Amino acid sequence: MKNVRWLRIQIKMKRNSSTKKEQQFWAYTFLFFPLMLLTIFLFIPILSSFIFSFFNWELMASDQKFVGLNNYIEIFGDKIFYKAMLNTVLYTIGVVPIQTILALFLAFVMNQKIRGRSFFRTAFYIPAVTSSVVTSIIFVAIYSKEGLLNTLLGNLGILPNDWLTNPRTALISIMMLNIWTTSGYFMVSFLAGLQNIPESLYEAARLEGATQAQQFWHITVPMVRPVTYFVIVMSLIGCFQVFDQVFVMSDGGPNNATTTLSYYVYQNGFKYFRLGYGAAAAIVLAGIIMTVTVIQKKYFPPNPY
Amino acid sequence: MRAIKIQKILLMTVLIIGALIYLGPFIFSVIVSFSDNKNLINQPGLITRSGWTLKNYVYIWKDLPFAKWLFNSVLITVIQTITNVFFSALAGFTFAKLEFRGKNLIFGAMMASLMIPGIILIIPKFMLINELRMINSYPGLILPGMVSVVNIFLMKQFFETMPKDLEKAALIDGCNYFQMFWKVFIPNSKPALAAVAIYTFQGTWNEFLWPLIATNTGEMFTLPVGMASLRYELLTDWPAIMAGTILVSIPTLLIFIVFQRFFVQGIASTGGKE
Repeated sequence: MKNVRWLRIQIKMKRNSSTKKEQQFWAYTFLFFPLMLLTIFLFIPILSSFIFSFFNWELMASDQKFVGLNNYIEIFGDKIFYKAMLNTVLYTIGVVPIQTILALFLAFVMNQKIRGRSFFRTAFYIPAVTSSVVTSIIFVAIYSKEGLLNTLLGNLGILPNDWLTNPRTALISIMMLNIWTTSGYFMVSFLAGLQNIPESLYEAARLEGATQAQQFWHITVPMVRPVTYFVIVMSLIGCFQVFDQVFVMSDGGPNNATTTLSYYVYQNGFKYFRLGYGAAAAIVLAGIIMTVTVIQKKYFPPNPY
Repeated sequence: MRAIKIQKILLMTVLIIGALIYLGPFIFSVIVSFSDNKNLINQPGLITRSGWTLKNYVYIWKDLPFAKWLFNSVLITVIQTITNVFFSALAGFTFAKLEFRGKNLIFGAMMASLMIPGIILIIPKFMLINELRMINSYPGLILPGMVSVVNIFLMKQFFETMPKDLEKAALIDGCNYFQMFWKVFIPNSKPALAAVAIYTFQGTWNEFLWPLIATNTGEMFTLPVGMASLRYELLTDWPAIMAGTILVSIPTLLIFIVFQRFFVQGIASTGGKE
């Protein structure tokens, strides 16, 4: 009897260790290809970008000289870099709040019982699923001197303007396009958050005689705070790296009026082929983004309570 | 009662104006694309007078390398969507259901990489692909996007919600872990797989920066890169350019309308991570 029991324990232990070994084997087999791809195209590039940023690495030149911090010193002495930084900050400050408020407003409306809700939801979301190049091109036509926008404004007696080649309006025009494309995208995030708010909260508020506006400010806004946090982080990261729209609509011009930091990275890396310098600029941009998100997490946490 | 009615009418008005603002540019683009008159971008309404035509579509299809760009885009998108679905399911399953040495380290590294802004990757990825002599080639366009951390994370989260009994039953039936993955878990995770497929399709189809950098001759362009080049090449031939933008938008639009429910679900379940 004792023997049998002992044998059973033995078998059980053996089976356990074999499934453990088996699990290891299958885990490494399954992860082999995905992990290899991630290592080559994600982990190594992240690490090597730091190394490249210390070199004077040009595509055509054969010698790659170690230059220490020189790339960084040059960046912080470059007037265009400061212009790009200013543009990027203006862009972000302009787009993020308006886009977030608009997205929340759209979601609030979409959460009501209204006729044609799914049609409107689709309409607001379509710009977000469309290629950024496509939306940019359409807006180039709309913004151009003989375009639709000037015709519409002309009816109101406003003089025509070449929106994208006028340095005063170029950046704002791109910002408007961005708000138009992504507010629908973040509307869906908010909508998911709104649907998690218990109806009983609104019922209680209504019993106490709260108006729609009061319900919105005192129930909806605080209850979707985690979603708001997430939306702001995502749109900050997106705005700081805005590129496609700038490339298609204005090519950084006129006179660097729309050069953003990611465009600056592209310009140095792939127009002037100064890859080391571009890598350093990308690291500076990443540093700015990470600092801003850390500050946001500290002063505007997802759950303050 | 009357106040509620007025409120409803007001809301409807706001919504209709809103829908016009969000859809208007697309309607504008469709009208211009069918226009015979190149100067219609100031008043697309005048098309009723100048007449409709299909010649802009014929022109971009026949006289421009549009078909070749379409082929490139389809090829890249299809391959990347399939590999992303397969690899992210496989890796997600591994992280959710298997124990192995180094699990936390590997997963931690993947999560940490999510915090790094993507702009950092562009130059080192270009140099790598350049070293491998893959610039302007399909491998150079496809390989870097075959798997993504976000998708792996999404699948891991999904598999973690599946009951433990499922694994036990599979093991008792004598499945090995691949059979368990393939025959038990995959057939039961269609919504999550569909979400990954749809997001990858949309992201790859619309991707601009990488194909812009990784290609340098017209015949290797993808649709977005090709369209961006047309903007400077055709200058003011707006009807032809608009015909292109409409053709590029149709696939993502169709997929969105058909699979709408997955979009909303996917965003809801991940908190909206792209």
